[in-house]
Amino acid sequence: MLKFIINRVLLMIPILIGVSLVTFMIVRSIPGDPVRVLIGFDQRATPEQIENIREAYGLNQPLPVQYLKWMGHILQGDLGASLRTDRPLTTELALRLPVTAELTILAAIIGAVPALILGVAAAMKRNTRFDWMTTAFTMIGISVPNFLLATLLVLVFSFELRWLPPVGYAPFTEDPIQNLKTMILPAISLAMPFMAILMRFTRSAVLEVVGQEYVRVARAKGLPQRRVLLRHILPNAGIPILTIAGIQVAALLGGTVIVEQIFGLPGVGRYIYDAIANRDYPVVQSVVLVMATIFVIVSLVVDVLYAFLDPRLRTR
Amino acid sequence: MSDSETKTLARESLSSRELARSNQNGGDRGLWRGVLRQKLAVIGLVIVGFFAIVALVGPILAPNGPTEQFSEFRLQGPSDEYWFGNDEFGRDIFSRLLYGARISFQVGVIAVGISAVIGIVIGLVAGYFGGWIDNISSLLMDVLYAFPTILLAIAIMAMLGNSLANVMIAIGIVNAPTFMRVVRGAVLTVRRTTYVEAAISVGGSIPRVMWRHVLPNVTAPLIVHASLNFAYAVLAEASLAFLGLGNKPPSPSWGSMVSSSYGFLQLAPWAAIFPGVAIALTVLGFNLLGDGLRDALDPRLRNENG
Repeated sequence: MLKFIINRVLLMIPILIGVSLVTFMIVRSIPGDPVRVLIGFDQRATPEQIENIREAYGLNQPLPVQYLKWMGHILQGDLGASLRTDRPLTTELALRLPVTAELTILAAIIGAVPALILGVAAAMKRNTRFDWMTTAFTMIGISVPNFLLATLLVLVFSFELRWLPPVGYAPFTEDPIQNLKTMILPAISLAMPFMAILMRFTRSAVLEVVGQEYVRVARAKGLPQRRVLLRHILPNAGIPILTIAGIQVAALLGGTVIVEQIFGLPGVGRYIYDAIANRDYPVVQSVVLVMATIFVIVSLVVDVLYAFLDPRLRTR
Repeated sequence: MSDSETKTLARESLSSRELARSNQNGGDRGLWRGVLRQKLAVIGLVIVGFFAIVALVGPILAPNGPTEQFSEFRLQGPSDEYWFGNDEFGRDIFSRLLYGARISFQVGVIAVGISAVIGIVIGLVAGYFGGWIDNISSLLMDVLYAFPTILLAIAIMAMLGNSLANVMIAIGIVNAPTFMRVVRGAVLTVRRTTYVEAAISVGGSIPRVMWRHVLPNVTAPLIVHASLNFAYAVLAEASLAFLGLGNKPPSPSWGSMVSSSYGFLQLAPWAAIFPGVAIALTVLGFNLLGDGLRDALDPRLRNENG
């Protein structure tokens, strides 16, 4: 087991190095001079001043040197500073990560609970009208873009019913009620595709197990339906479901870019979008790396959980 | 080879063996019959067909130009003259939707084409040669996979510049790893079959063996994947357009229609809802069709449903 975990952690390293290289190369090929961002597009500067700034930020060094320096700082926990505000990224992220984390976790809960319950129910009541309706629901959930869902939710709950604000944010520590009010619509918009994918997968994973012989045996020896479900079906179907859930939770991170933009939430997704628009390259390169690292770590955790839950892998 | 690989291999070889058997009794005609037998897939096929026709002839059918402004009808609701209402510039939303279908379709076709070419080439080479070539290319694909897709697409757009062509390239690149996985997995199975060994032993060159013997045997999973991927590409284009990437405002891209109307949501909800529903319907069509194709190609499911 320990060997397995160590193996997986070691496998992460080349992927993360690759991620950092790709990020660095993309960011450095974004057209536009970062120095112009620094001095402001409207300001005039002599070539000499520009050269000085270049020197101060190490932009005149060869790219490999710049990359290694950046990695060196990252490994020491220094993500760099924004070109526009000059504030260190660690403080910026400390402000914004909680927003994105809350949004993602809320969306994961809102999505996973109905997905698991309805997915299992649909599989158990296979080929009934209920099953058919959940299938239709999942197909629609997968196909509706989250910005359309957000639009419809705002229309109904903000403009028609006037229950929830269409835009804005309040920190949880200051006003928990208002915080939830501003978070609930974005979380639902984000959760929908996740819920649909998970529900669909839960249904097919349970169906796969229901057809197995040991389930038939359990039924044949007269176990009540509930016991068959809890003891024989769910533990076996649960493992692949967990894997998909993990991958999909990580995928929610990408959706935050759009949802935070629509609802004006000051999270990481919106921050990075603004940074790309503003050519604030230290922000882009470090924040993309942080997001990808979170993504890779989540898949690692899922892998380890998987091994932990599946006795066949554990004994090895 | 790791255990998980052996397992997937076993599973895939099983399905491809059954696939071969199902191909014997019916071939391609059997596939279409399988699709037609499923109600949902037929609905998907109808939606996709309708969408394709609109993309082709939409501009001819459109009563008005996509950027023609009827200022006295600004933010008017659906009427006899303007079926889906007018937007904030008084433009005819119905006509804009007809023009926009072509953009979505174009992006779908080209982006899926780019993903498929990258994924097929790398997947074929990686699966066929194995060893370090496989390790390197799989690592590269894992790296691309580690980025949230929409974020990677935005970053690539920033690098390449804001244009419709670059949207296609960006979506094509971010989706390539999934194609690579499908092809690589399928190639690993076919690689060890007798007919491929035979083709090699009679002196077939590697490109020839790949093209004539390996690739035809991975087309079935590829078609399914391409159809589902088309849905994703349309969705991704709409999302990027919604964020203001790709099409600049006067252009009738469905995603940017939703985003530019968002500010007038309270006054004229139809201006955002109609293009949004058009996106959702198109994506739904490709998802249903892709699902139907997969079920039709997988004999195990076919028996269960039949």
